[in-house]
Amino acid sequence: MSDAPRSGRYSVFAIARQALRQHSGWQRAWASPAPRDRYQVVIVGAGGHGLATAYYLGKNFGITDVAIIEKGWLGGGNTGRNTTIIRSNYLQDPSAAIYDKALKLYEGLSQELNYNVMFSPRGLIMLAQTEHEVRGYKRTVYANNLQGVSTEWVDAQRLKELVPIINIDGPRYPVLGGLYQARGGTARHDAVAWGYARACSDMGMHIIQNCEVTGVETEGGQVRAVNTSKGRIGCDKLAMVVAGHSSQLAEMAGFRLPIESVALQALVSEPIKPCMDVVVMANTVHGYLSQSDKGEMVIGGGTDGFNNFTQRGSWQHVEETVRALVETFPMISRLKMLRQWGGIVDMTGDRSPILSTTPVGGIFVNCGWGTGGFKAIPGSGWAMAELVAKGSPGPLAADFGLNRFREGRFIDESVAAGVAH
Amino acid sequence: MLTLTCPYCGIRAEETELHPGGEAHLTRVGPQGTDEEFEGYLFARKNAKGVHFERWRHAYGCGKWFLAARCTATLQVFGTYKAQNAHPPAEIVEAIRQARPDWNPDWTTE
Ligand SMILES: Cc1cc2nc3c(=O)[nH]c(=O)nc-3n(C[C@H](O)[C@H](O)[C@H](O)COP(=O)(O)OP(=O)(O)OC[C@H]3O[C@@H](n4cnc5c(N)ncnc54)[C@H](O)[C@@H]3O)c2cc1C
Ligand SMILES: [Zn+2]
Repeated sequence: MSDAPRSGRYSVFAIARQALRQHSGWQRAWASPAPRDRYQVVIVGAGGHGLATAYYLGKNFGITDVAIIEKGWLGGGNTGRNTTIIRSNYLQDPSAAIYDKALKLYEGLSQELNYNVMFSPRGLIMLAQTEHEVRGYKRTVYANNLQGVSTEWVDAQRLKELVPIINIDGPRYPVLGGLYQARGGTARHDAVAWGYARACSDMGMHIIQNCEVTGVETEGGQVRAVNTSKGRIGCDKLAMVVAGHSSQLAEMAGFRLPIESVALQALVSEPIKPCMDVVVMANTVHGYLSQSDKGEMVIGGGTDGFNNFTQRGSWQHVEETVRALVETFPMISRLKMLRQWGGIVDMTGDRSPILSTTPVGGIFVNCGWGTGGFKAIPGSGWAMAELVAKGSPGPLAADFGLNRFREGRFIDESVAAGVAH
Repeated sequence: MLTLTCPYCGIRAEETELHPGGEAHLTRVGPQGTDEEFEGYLFARKNAKGVHFERWRHAYGCGKWFLAARCTATLQVFGTYKAQNAHPPAEIVEAIRQARPDWNPDWTTE
């Protein structure tokens, strides 16, 4: 199976051709080779961010001697566990730049990858349910307009037209208006990982699954290799892109990160008829809601407050989230919930990510996306590829270095990221 | 749901009665501290996958801060102890060693 044939282009003609052959001729979307004993670049973690980093290393810098090493299956971490909300209405300039880059890349990603990532710019609203939120979101709208990110403030009446199932006169937290980003929406999370994986494999990169990195070998302050469950793999450069396990990878290389790992969970209801064609986030009461193409209501809430690596969250938060949403969306009160799951998210103190060089030469980290990194995957991969290729950050990554914690230069997004998403 | 016993009032409290307060036993850096030391004190967390010491407040009970020893990989609780301890007391260390024979304390007590 190793250097399997390239996957071929997907098109309507390919479907017709395969239909005539009983679909017996489809190739695997990516190869599963045995690892070589060294690569120019090793990326740890085949989540969306690791795969996108690899893709833009090849595409933008012509570096294809790359292995992406994954302890489980590709996309099996937070990338395959998130609620797929995409938006770029952040407050600070560096955030707006990288999230909006990501959104622009998402807009053309299916064509770019020749893989349908089901990007659905259905619009996104963040509800203001207190006077504080009204002021906060109006400020964000002004900031976004200066940044060239189009968002608008909508009043309660307009909001009710956009979301007919909403109850704007909730007794405890009436809906006062909202921050609306018409370009926001959702995409199919697995497809994003699979699409990038297929493109990386087509460029000749190696995706090595079921291979856990257990140690990092350095010499004179420079990275030499990683030790894995499939043996030692040498490298000139190492990118750690492992979300909730970033502290563990850093420890292997002898440094610490300003990261704490906590559980974030989500749940989906039984499928129902289409009833809501936008994404709605309610940050005061801590819940958010969208409807999947299958008809399920996709629901998320807040993180647990304590460190946890078990990929399951507390029942208390399920109850809290559902209770909060029922007031604003009374019609969901009789829905049955089908599934609930958790992911381990990597939280930083300022709720902004880290794209950085590290104390070890040749090692780069991309982490700290916490509860909101799915939306950032293409922009993050773009910026990370530049950092790895050049050895120093380009304009998109420059402000997200580790040194900001020492220098007190935080990129405070605790308002924009007020709820997990 | 996480259940911890408050070492002050002895009540077995579940998570909704408690407020988490992050990594325990951090040593505050004094005015003479370097930038590196301050950065370490403020931000560089162990974030251990496994044995972890943590601050909790019995928020809807006696209101006091206490410390807990638990495993972040399994959610097992090894025990709780009063916040006045500079390091986990001997019986907590013993309870952890019972469950995790390979684990060793990474502090020294003078
Ligand atoms: C419930 C939930 C809902 C969310 N909702 C949203 C949302 O609506 N919108 C949004 O933008 N974001 C959301 N997020 C956040 C988003 O999922 C993450 O920020 C993003 O997916 C992180 O991608 P990643 O590639 O960095 O990490 P991951 O996808 O977690 O990939 C990291 C990979 O590294 C691997 N790994 C770890 N250790 C090792 C090792 N030692 N050796 C080899 N491999 C290793 C893991 O197995 C994993 O596959 C949500 C997260 C959760 C959990
Ligand atoms: Zn008490």
